[in-house]
This record gives sequence, structure tokens and C-alpha cells, in this order.
Amino acid sequence: MTIPLLSLMTFLPLVGMVIILCLNRERHVNAIRGVATVFAALSFLVSAYLFLPFNSADSAIQLEEKALWFDAAGFVVNYHMGIDGLSLPLIFLTTLLTLLSVIYSWRITERVKEYMAFFMLLEVGMLGVFCALDFFLFYVFWEVSLVPMYFLIGIWGGPRREYAAIKFFIYTLVGSLAMLLAILAMYFTSQPHTFDIIELTNQKLFAGPFGFGVKHFWVATLAFWGFFLGFAIKVPLFPFHTWLPDAHVEAPTAGSVILAGVLLKMGTYGFVRVSLPMLPGPAQYFAVVIVLLALASIIYGALVAMAQTDLKKLIAYSSVNHMGYVMLGVAAAVGATVPDRYGPTLEVARITALNGAVLQMFNHGIITGALFFLVGVIYDRAHTRDLNSFGGLAKQMPVYAGIMMMASFASLGLPTLSGFVSEFLVFVGSFGVYRVFTALAVLGVIFTAVYFLWMIQRIFLGPLNRQWTELTDMDGGELVATVPLCFLMLFIGIYPRPLLDLINTAMSGLVYEMSQVIHLVQGWGMWG
Amino acid sequence: MPELLWLIPGLPMTGFALLALWGSRLPRVAVSLVGVGSVALSAALSVAVAVSFLASPPADHAYSLTLWQWLGIGGLQADIAFRVDPLALLMMLVITIVGALIHLYSTEYMARDEDYSRFFAYMNLFVGAMLTLVMADNLLLLYLGWEGVGLCSYLLIGFWYRDPANGKAAMKAFIVTRVGDAALAVGLFVLYTQLGTLNLEELAARAPAAWPVGSALAVLTAALLLGGAVGKSAQLPLQTWLPDAMAGPTPVSALIHAATMVTAGVYLIARTHAIFALAPTVLLVVAVVGVVTLFLAAVSALAQWDLKRVLAYSTISQIGYMFLALGVGAWSAAMFHFMTHAFFKALLFLAAGAIIMAMHEDHSIFRMGGLRHRMPLVFWTFLAGACSLSALPLVTAGFYSKDEILAAVWAADGGQWLWVMGLVGAFLTAVYSFRVVYLVFFGEAQKEPAHQPGWRMAVPLAVLAVLALVGGALNLPRSLGNLLLLDHFLEPVFAGLAQHRELTVAQEIHLQLIADVAALGGILVAWLLYRRYRADLAAVADLAVVRNLRTYWLNGWGFDWLYDRLVVRPYESLARLNRADAVDYLVHALARFVAETHRILSRTQTGEVRWYVAVLTCGVVILVAIMVLR
Repeated sequence: MTIPLLSLMTFLPLVGMVIILCLNRERHVNAIRGVATVFAALSFLVSAYLFLPFNSADSAIQLEEKALWFDAAGFVVNYHMGIDGLSLPLIFLTTLLTLLSVIYSWRITERVKEYMAFFMLLEVGMLGVFCALDFFLFYVFWEVSLVPMYFLIGIWGGPRREYAAIKFFIYTLVGSLAMLLAILAMYFTSQPHTFDIIELTNQKLFAGPFGFGVKHFWVATLAFWGFFLGFAIKVPLFPFHTWLPDAHVEAPTAGSVILAGVLLKMGTYGFVRVSLPMLPGPAQYFAVVIVLLALASIIYGALVAMAQTDLKKLIAYSSVNHMGYVMLGVAAAVGATVPDRYGPTLEVARITALNGAVLQMFNHGIITGALFFLVGVIYDRAHTRDLNSFGGLAKQMPVYAGIMMMASFASLGLPTLSGFVSEFLVFVGSFGVYRVFTALAVLGVIFTAVYFLWMIQRIFLGPLNRQWTELTDMDGGELVATVPLCFLMLFIGIYPRPLLDLINTAMSGLVYEMSQVIHLVQGWGMWG
Repeated sequence: MPELLWLIPGLPMTGFALLALWGSRLPRVAVSLVGVGSVALSAALSVAVAVSFLASPPADHAYSLTLWQWLGIGGLQADIAFRVDPLALLMMLVITIVGALIHLYSTEYMARDEDYSRFFAYMNLFVGAMLTLVMADNLLLLYLGWEGVGLCSYLLIGFWYRDPANGKAAMKAFIVTRVGDAALAVGLFVLYTQLGTLNLEELAARAPAAWPVGSALAVLTAALLLGGAVGKSAQLPLQTWLPDAMAGPTPVSALIHAATMVTAGVYLIARTHAIFALAPTVLLVVAVVGVVTLFLAAVSALAQWDLKRVLAYSTISQIGYMFLALGVGAWSAAMFHFMTHAFFKALLFLAAGAIIMAMHEDHSIFRMGGLRHRMPLVFWTFLAGACSLSALPLVTAGFYSKDEILAAVWAADGGQWLWVMGLVGAFLTAVYSFRVVYLVFFGEAQKEPAHQPGWRMAVPLAVLAVLALVGGALNLPRSLGNLLLLDHFLEPVFAGLAQHRELTVAQEIHLQLIADVAALGGILVAWLLYRRYRADLAAVADLAVVRNLRTYWLNGWGFDWLYDRLVVRPYESLARLNRADAVDYLVHALARFVAETHRILSRTQTGEVRWYVAVLTCGVVILVAIMVLR
């Protein structure tokens, strides 16, 4: 019998949660922290082990686990898990960031038991989303990840935590409901009816030319926009992004790390796992909307980030900016273009853009995760995040300054660090599909540099504010949480191949499958 | 030999890693040893490579070494791989040798700085990145080096970060050059999508096959590459960052903002000359940009009072000459001037550093004066540099390189107007160079120098002074010995390109004589204005019109003013205006709408039966009325 690795990894934190719930909240505080750390570490080890049995040359779903969950009068729901080159990096990212967050969170002293329990549950939900291959299961995990985050913000958050938590919840719930509608639309269109993601993809429900007036136009459009709303809110894509800054500003440090590092990726993951392979026709028909919104996210996010005085809000808007690059790549992977403008390289361009988008998900996770840890470091000491009150900290906290600058430069796309590799792939790929939009998006890299340098200037340079002569440099726990991320930034920046090979296999397969289904639409999708 | 190539950029990078991680705990001697030693070893290796290259030239005139595959997606292949041809080799020699001298100089110049190890860490990183830039065998790795040197430039301009002005200057440098970098990046995208490769050799082979001369794509690509080049090399319209970059320590100005990094744009154009050759329009633009820049910057240099800013404008102006040379297709003349410029401008900056150190960090040339006898070594070396910059005939390196450029410009089709501008620039160069010489070293002594250079500063000054004088011997024109060593060395790189019209030896001599007159005339004018009749001319200098003009030129023709109003302030205001994120207002409006609707509708639920009956009756009446009247 083979060990069900994916289930083991996903539900180990649940075991941790149950043990935590059995411990005494006052007497066993350190035991609670220890249990959380151990189970996060175990889950991480399993996810790291996954790379061994995983065959990176195979684009199919691997390590599959499938069993009947329930069958209610023909309403069949399977427990179906499996991974490919798209989900494996995100799974690794999830377990790594959760482990680092739990280690960092040893400094939490308020209601440790609930905090750690919620964190364990959160990890179950996130891992489940990336492993689930049945829509019913997917939806359950999706919602499971929502609840703990709501409480993490609402209980351990800042002064306006209730406003932020409710805003986060309502936004996400709207998205979830739209997604549910889309799932049902898919279910009832499929023959035989099924919730299975792989089966639904293979049925090629809306194959053939797509456009206004074709059979299934309305149901396919409804499904596409249902999924779109669910995923776009999560990403978040302009103009659905305004929950994000509030949620980040109020969330506790580790909550922000997970929120930016993993939860946002559930949105882009959804686009790549569901929207593209399942609805390639509508996706191509409407891709121009996605690319325009991606462009808006890139430029608008950078513009608003520039004006922020709250460090955490600045980083939050930088996420809007950077997730825009992911969506640019996603749109380019399917976007309609004049068929032979680039001849045989079009498919290559699509694959390149999609590779960049998926790698950018991973990179944004490690870079922005690190940045949010670093925001926490300064906030714990100064009890403020007001950029205008800092200044001259480079001498006071040299290690902190070094790590923060490294993460900032990784984020603004400096070569040798990971952000560059993915941004470059997104751009060079998208350019083969959308010339004008991509050239405009490149302006984003200038704006990104502006707000990051302005941030560095205000925190680290200039004369030292007398108020901060007591600040100490980073401690052990903080270094443990951030140094591995810095190492990954450098490693992926100069040797991205191990990860890219993995992603490339899956994405090449996906683009190939799509090209079998899509017949290029004529009409308004041809812009750019 | 090729298998050791990685050590050349690898050594300085290792130096950076050591110093960045443990530098603050190492004693200063060890820091100096690592910092200077790594670059000196790199220089020694470069010389060894050059010797072996000359002794037995490799088959295709280049050493290659592939370390590992960096990116490999679809058709996109970019390796961490080096390719050293004569062009790269020339750059490597200049970078490492001048770099090592400047590092040695810095051990004395920065000796009392509290961040000694941080300084050498950044400097080593710079050398490593710059070497990567010139040794890269593909455009993506070149871009890595390109951004890497930009980072180091940012870090070193803002090295003394306590002063917010320095930080601002650093930001400005990074952002203005990034505007150019964005253009360069789009250029890379066009090249890859159109030609399917970023490998430099393959590009050079495929571009002429795919694009006819003057085709739209060739012009677009060349224009985008030029965008990157003008940003990095501080040419019009992106020149504004370089004068402010003088906020960095003086060795930084010498190494990064004079000798090496700012010439990366020149290197880029020379390296991708195959593409530029397909776009004659863009080449003309290159020449015009160069000639306009060299003129505007030379005039600005005349109005500066800050010693380092004179040299900064001079650098912009001299790179203008290199662009002019590239624009008329005189590739190797551009590289020759790059080399001599690296010698004399690094020398001038280092000498300026010695003066500024002696003057307690006072940069004003009007508060110096009479240093000729008080700092003799600095005087003689600075004079050598100023003569070379002014292209003093026969005895200086600058003469030979500038002469080669001007001759090539004259020979180019329709180049006579460009040549006139270049000549005016040469005259102005001599004026501003000797203006500095007379103001700083002659006249009344104003302050006693506080520091005389020790051997670690003296040796680099002396070596560079010799190079600034005799470096021209590498390329003697036909009128003066006909020993074109450098041109022959670079020939394989630029082979196969249309060469400019050949001049007769008599024509060459004529052109040289005119150029000599310009240079000597400039020196004479400087002597008249700033030495002989300086006191008599004070009244003229005080006229309102002269004062205004001087202020205008002092501020670099008002480009900063213009950009501030056109770009910076609108962007800042827009950002500030939208600080609270307008989209959130819409979301709140939606929430208010729902709440308001709720309030209105809930009013109808009064709980009173009378009210419900009245509403019900009204409703029935209306419905009946509709049905009856229809």
C-alpha cells in the first residue's frame, strides 16, 4: 500500500490542531507553540519529500488519491487529490511560509491556543485548495481557509480589526458565491454530471469557436464570469482590491505573511487551474478585459503605494502591483491575437508568459512574505509604521537594513534576485501576444522602483531620529523566519531551473491542450 | 585560459560576499587586503588573458565559457556564459586596471570613514557586475550586469546617507537610468520575439538576415537600445542624474561616474552595432544626441563652481564625443576615446579628491587657488589630465583619440556640420579645463592644504598621469606614424561593416591643425579670462545678463526644472491626491446605498395595521386603474 502523501501532508496540521485544543491554555503555552511548530514542520517535510516521487517531465496529474466521498441519489462527490507542476511549487510555498510564520509567532502572547489552532486549520484549508481535484472538495477547502483568517484578523489584529475582518469576509464571500454559481453551471452542463475538475476539463464542454451567438454562449459566459469574480477578488485584481490594504494593515504579522504569500495565490491558481483549461473559449474571448485590469493593477497599485505613509499599506499595495504581473501572464497565455502576427512563436510566447506567471506567484510569495515579516520586525520595536517618523536606521539596525533592502530590490525586479526572472518571463512572453499592453506594463517597473526607493529613503537613510536610538537589531526568531526566504530569492534568481523545469512541463501541457480546443475568435478580442 | 574566465568577475564578487557578511568584524587591514586584492588579482588575470589572446588568437577571435543554464523556456535560452572578444577584453583591462588603482587610492581616501568595509563591499560588487556586463555572451546576462552596476551606483552615491540630499541624488540616479532600462528591456523583448534569441553572436548573425536596412523593426529596436544607452551614459535627454551623482565619495565618481559605468551605453551600442548598422536613422540620432550633449554639457561645465561638477559635466560632454563617433560608424574610435577618457578622467577625479580632502571637503574652485607649489604632485598630475582632456597636441592621449573621432566625423556623409560642433566642443573643453587649472592652482593661496597624499594616493595618480599622456600611442594616425594597434586589435569585432570614406593624409593633417588651433586657442582664452585679465573682467562677470546666463548654465540648461514640472510634480500630486484610493469610495458608496435602502424600506415596516391596510388599498386601486385604463 502506498502512503497517501497528499492527504498526510494536508491533514497533519489538523492533527496538530486537535492536540492543541486538548492542551491547557494557561499551563501549556510553550507546549502549544511546540506542537504547532512540530506539525507545521512535519507538513513541510512531507511537502519537500514530494519532489522526490514527483516526475517533473510528466505534465499529467501525479500522486493521485481518489475515493468515493458520498453518492446521494446520483449526486456523486469524490475525494480526489493530486498535484502537478502548477500546484507543487505553491504547496511548498504554503508549508514553508506556514512553518516560518509559526516560528515567528512564538512572540504572540495573547490567546496562544486559539491562535495556533486557527493557524493549523488555515494550513489545512490552503493545502487542500492546491491539492483538491474535485470542485466540491475544492469549495470546502476554499471556505475552510477563509474562516481562520477572518478570526486571525478580527482577534489579533490592529485597532480597526473588526472593520477589516468584516470587509475581508464579505468580499471573499461574494466571490465564493459567484464561484459556487459557476461550479453549478459547469456541473449541470457536463455529461455525465460531475464535479471532477480533471473530468470537466477533459469533457471540453465549450470546445469549438466561441463568440456571441454560439450554443452555450450564455452558460459559458456565466461560468467564466462567476469564476472570474471568485478568483479576481482573491488575487486581488483592480478594482476588487480595496479589501486587501485594510486586511493587511490590521492583520497580525504572520497573518499578513500568509495572506499575501499564499491566500492571494489561490486566486491566480484558480485562473490557471480552472478558467484557462476548462473555459479556454470564453477566456480567450474575454482576455482583453483581464489584460486591461492587470495593467490597471500594475500601474494603479504602484501609484497608490507611492503615496502611503503606513509601511504595511505600502507593501499591501505593492502586492496589487505585483499580482498584476501574474495576471498579465495569465491573460497572455490565452489572449486572442492576430493569428500569424508572430507565426510559430505564438505558442512559445504563451508558454513563456504562463511560466512567468506561475513562477511570479511563487516569487511574490517569498518576497512579499519576507517583506511582511520585516514590517513586523520594525513595528514590534517602534510601535508605529509611520514612514515619516523613521529615518537613519541603517546604522542602528544594519542587519535589518541589509535584509530589508535585499527583499525590496528583489521585489522591484533586480536581476540575480528571483523577482526578475519571473517578471522577465511574463514580459517577454506577453510581448509576443500583446505588444502595446506589455510595453505599457513595463512602465510599472519604473513606478515600482520609485516607491521602494522612497520607502528605503524614509526608513534607513537621512539623519537618525533621536527617538529610535534604543532600537535593537533583528533577533534569532526573526532571522530564522527571513533568512531562508532571502536564500530562496538569491537561489531562484541565479538558478531557477529546478523550479522552472517543473512548472514548464505542466504549463506547456496546458497551453498545448488549450490550443487543441480554441479556435481563434474574431472581433474585439484582437486588441493590443 | 578560458576555463579561468569566471574568476575575473568571480573574485570581486567573492570579495563583496566576504565583506558584506563579515566585513564589520574584520580589521581594516584585512578589509583593504580583500577589497584591493580581489580587484588586483582580477586585473592580473585580465592581463594574462590578454597576453595569451595576443600570443595565440583563438579561432573565432573570442574565448568562451559557459557556467550554467540560467533560463531555458521554449526557445528562450540564456546562460550564465562569458564570451571574451577584443572589445570585451579592452573593457576588462580598463575596468580592472583603473579599478585596482582606484581601490588602492580609496584605502587612503576612505581611511577615516566609519563604514570602511561597507565601502569596499559595494566597490567590489560594482567591479564584479561591470565585468559581467562586458563579458556576457547574451543580452540577458548583460542586462543583469547593467542593473547590477546601477544598484552599486545607487548604493555608492548614497554612501554618506545621513545627508538626505545624498539619498535623493542616489534615488534620482537609479530612477532616471531605470527609465532608460525600461526602454532597453522592451528592446530585448522585440529582439527575442522577432529573432528568437538573446545570444549576442546569434543576434548579430540573424538581424541582418531578417531585417533589411532601414526596416521599421530594426529602427524600433535600435531606438529602444539607444534609450537604454542614453540613460546609463547620461546623454540627452536623460543626462540630469550625473551631476547630482557627485554626492558620492570621490573614488566612486572616478570609477563609476567617469571611467567605467557611464560608458556602458557606449559599450552597448558598440556591442550591438550589427543592429544599429541596419538603422541609419537611429545612427544619425546617436550622432546628433552626442554632438548636442557634448556642446550643452561643455557650456554647463564652464559655469560650475563645484570642482566635481565641472568634471561631471565634462564626463557627459566627453561621452558625447563617443556617441558622436558611434553615430558616424567610427566604432573603434569610440572605444579608443573610451579608453583614454577612462585614464584622464579617473586621474582628474582622483586628483580632485586629493584637493578636496586637503580643503576639508570644500568643493568650491573659487576658495582654492595657489595650490601649485603647495601640492606639487597633485598639480602636475592634474595638469597632465587637463592637457589630455583638452587634447593638447602630440603629447597627450586625448589628442589622438579625439583627433580620430573628428577625422571620422569629417569623413562621414554630411558630417561637416557635426564636425564644426565637435570642434566648438573641443575649444570649450580646453577653456573649462584650464579655467579649473588657473583657478585652483594659480593665483592667491586661500587655504593651507590639510593633507598631502600618501603613497597609496600618489601611486595611482602617477600611473594614471603616465597613461593619460602616453596611452595615445596605441593608435597613431597615418599622419603621425601610422601605428593603428588598437584599430587592428578591434578589427575582428567590427569587421564586415561599411567603413567611412578614407581621408588623404594631407586632409588628415589639415584637420589636425585646425583641431590644434581650437585646443590651444581654448587654453589661451582660459588664460586671458581667468588669469591675465581676471580682475579687470570682474565687472563684466557681474552684469545681470551674464549672471543670469551663468545661473542658467549652472543649472544645466534648466532640464531639472523642466522635468520637475512635467513629470515629478504631476506624478507626486496625483499619488497624493489618490492616497485614500478612490476605488474604496465606490465600495463605501455601495455600502451606504445598501444601508440607505435598508433604512427606507424598514420605515415601511411600522407594525401598524392601519398603515398596512392603507398601502394595500392604494396598491389595489392602482392595479385596478391600470387594468381598466389599458
